[in-house]
Amino acid sequence: MEVGMKRDNEEDSEAPEKIMKMNETSEDTADGMENADKENVLALFRSESGEAAGPPVELPIVLARDKLQQILNAFLQQEDETPYSFFVNDKEVTQELSKVMDSKTNEEKVMTILYQPQAVFRVRPVARCTSSMPGHAEAVLSASFSPDCRHLASGSGDTTVRFWDVGTETPHFTCRGHRHWVLVTSWSTDGERLASACKAGQIFIWDPKTGKQIGRTLTGHKQWITALCWEPLHLTSDGKCVRLASAGKDGNVRIWNTNHGSCEKVLSNHVQGITALKWGGEGLIYSASQDRTIKMWRASDGVMCRTFQGHGHWVNTLALNTDYALRIGAYKPEAMMQDRPHITESEKRKSYAEKQYKEALAAAGGVERLASGSDDFTLFLWEPSKSRKPIERMTGHQQLVNDVKFSPDTRLIASASFDKSIRLWSGVNGRFLAVLRGHVNGVYQIAWSADSRLLVSGSKDSTLKVWNIGARKMELDLPGHADEVYAVDWSPDGQRVVSGGKDKILKMWRR
Amino acid sequence: MPQNEHIELHRKRHGRRLDYEERLRKRQAREPHKRSAKAKELFGLKAKLYNKERRNEKIQMKKTIRAHEEKLSKQKDNKDVPEGAVPSYLLDREGQSRAKVLSNMIKQKRKEKAGKWDVPIPKVRAQSEAEVFKVLKTGKRKAKSWKRMVTKVTYVGDSFTRKPPKFERFIRPMGLRFKKAHVTHPELKATFCLPIISVKKNPSSTMYTSLGVITKGTVIEVNISELGLVTQSGKVVWGKYAQVTNNPEFDGCINAVLLV
Repeated sequence: MEVGMKRDNEEDSEAPEKIMKMNETSEDTADGMENADKENVLALFRSESGEAAGPPVELPIVLARDKLQQILNAFLQQEDETPYSFFVNDKEVTQELSKVMDSKTNEEKVMTILYQPQAVFRVRPVARCTSSMPGHAEAVLSASFSPDCRHLASGSGDTTVRFWDVGTETPHFTCRGHRHWVLVTSWSTDGERLASACKAGQIFIWDPKTGKQIGRTLTGHKQWITALCWEPLHLTSDGKCVRLASAGKDGNVRIWNTNHGSCEKVLSNHVQGITALKWGGEGLIYSASQDRTIKMWRASDGVMCRTFQGHGHWVNTLALNTDYALRIGAYKPEAMMQDRPHITESEKRKSYAEKQYKEALAAAGGVERLASGSDDFTLFLWEPSKSRKPIERMTGHQQLVNDVKFSPDTRLIASASFDKSIRLWSGVNGRFLAVLRGHVNGVYQIAWSADSRLLVSGSKDSTLKVWNIGARKMELDLPGHADEVYAVDWSPDGQRVVSGGKDKILKMWRR
Repeated sequence: MPQNEHIELHRKRHGRRLDYEERLRKRQAREPHKRSAKAKELFGLKAKLYNKERRNEKIQMKKTIRAHEEKLSKQKDNKDVPEGAVPSYLLDREGQSRAKVLSNMIKQKRKEKAGKWDVPIPKVRAQSEAEVFKVLKTGKRKAKSWKRMVTKVTYVGDSFTRKPPKFERFIRPMGLRFKKAHVTHPELKATFCLPIISVKKNPSSTMYTSLGVITKGTVIEVNISELGLVTQSGKVVWGKYAQVTNNPEFDGCINAVLLV
């Protein structure tokens, strides 16, 4: 805490002298040319899209990282200080430039320093359990925050869906209706409804404000339902989430109109149960199945566009690089950290959501990418709209991959596996970055913080662990559950983490 | 007596009478009237018997009607929700692990059946028949010398009864019969004097096994119930195999190692 304060003061004092500093460094370089030749290096700042920021400059190789930051801010003429991360030859600059330079770099050549903007806000790691909320009579199978962080819902093996008050961390509503284990719950992107599906194949829509069922029960699946997915907010006609896709063990995807309570389309082509379902921001639905394929469907008319083959065993999970933007819809994490804006006009909401999605897509290079994890211990990275060949086959896990998540800034992929490890991969080309070890049993679920700097994982070993992505290390160990942790979620405003598991207790974690 | 199914044949060829259904319906409609008339008319023991029969018939009828009604009416699924809820990503996986355990168990059983054990003494000196058996010349047909005496230690079960000497081919001397063995548990590093249950395998010959000859390297089954070992499922283990590590015929005792 104190260290952070100190640094802030430093930056404040140095801010007016930024240009001076630049001059100083150039003087330094002039001196350096005379004294020693290996002290300086000619460097050029480039953004991810390849645009150069300013002319090439000569920099001393012992230059610290935060100085790089200041130089870049001066080049870009930015008033507010956006934090950046710098890469030289795909290696991140963590301390000073000389650490990442190898013997091959010579001063003749211009060294390119790649910079990536980081989130301007910071999510603090959760550190303590503020409340253990009993109530469920069976294992908690799913738990999630609504996009606006006002509500929290959990589904359990005792056939109920429960809503919890986020502020006071107390139970709010108990929704009865299902006849079997509630396997999946899914918030609509406008945050006004929750869909829940059970092992008997029924889908209920709940109102989080009253805890009552909305409309009719949606029945049609012949076996249990494994995934639910709402239509992205910016694709809806009037900013209200109506259409819901569900996929089941019976191998069918169904698109429902929740206002009418009717099934609009049945998409059937998979020969085995579907395990994961994503509704992309371009109006395409992706479904992964145990028949080793991923299929792409057009949501408007239900036509199957493409089949992606490559996995050698069940495909367990899917992740889109724009997932986080699609999930939070109209709500900005940085805005929510200060106060809770409540956007009531649905038209406004839609335009906000569209803006947010475009931003996320731009950060990812304008392409929607899909990552899939499988029982054959590998992951694949696809560009589904372009080709049916994968960009990269990501190998390294020694057990099946159970969960894959893109970071909110779309640059990283985290994959959780039963081999007790979490692996980090580049979200652009699928290159392996790091492995996070620490769990003593299989990792079930992971969740990113909104600023992409932290990751929380729930495991079979009954603990949660918070990982620092920058340092590639475990930040905090959160024991407390008495049994396996099945569900974990980090709220979009970064304040809370919720976890539930086999011990029937829902736990809330805060910093 | 008709020699064939004339009536059926005729019916097949010409069909029934045209008013057959009508007559049948009328006959059936008259049936209750007939029955009630009969019930009114009867008295005494006959009435008692008849009413009893009729009552049972009615009970049966009502039962079948109720069963049909139950079958036809749609019922709410009141099955209890099973316990042990798991998230959807684990739903297809429980079976796997259980299947694995099962297949392991089957493998283990097969292994046992094949009689291949991982024994402490893998190689044993072969015992020739000349060494194990001493030829005896007795009786009327001495010259044939068909009788043998076992010169090694043997285990003879409790239920064994000797054949009459005239027909006894193998003699197992009382002095060389053993009922107990000193069995060492390799993990506990402790030795127990345990009763022998049977001789499982004598590696030299199957005949020795059936005779119960115990030499070095023989696998015997011992009663370890007093050790109080428990299986995974919680049952007390009763018999276990052990391999003989000494030459009992020289030492006068049997030393063995438990196969774990």
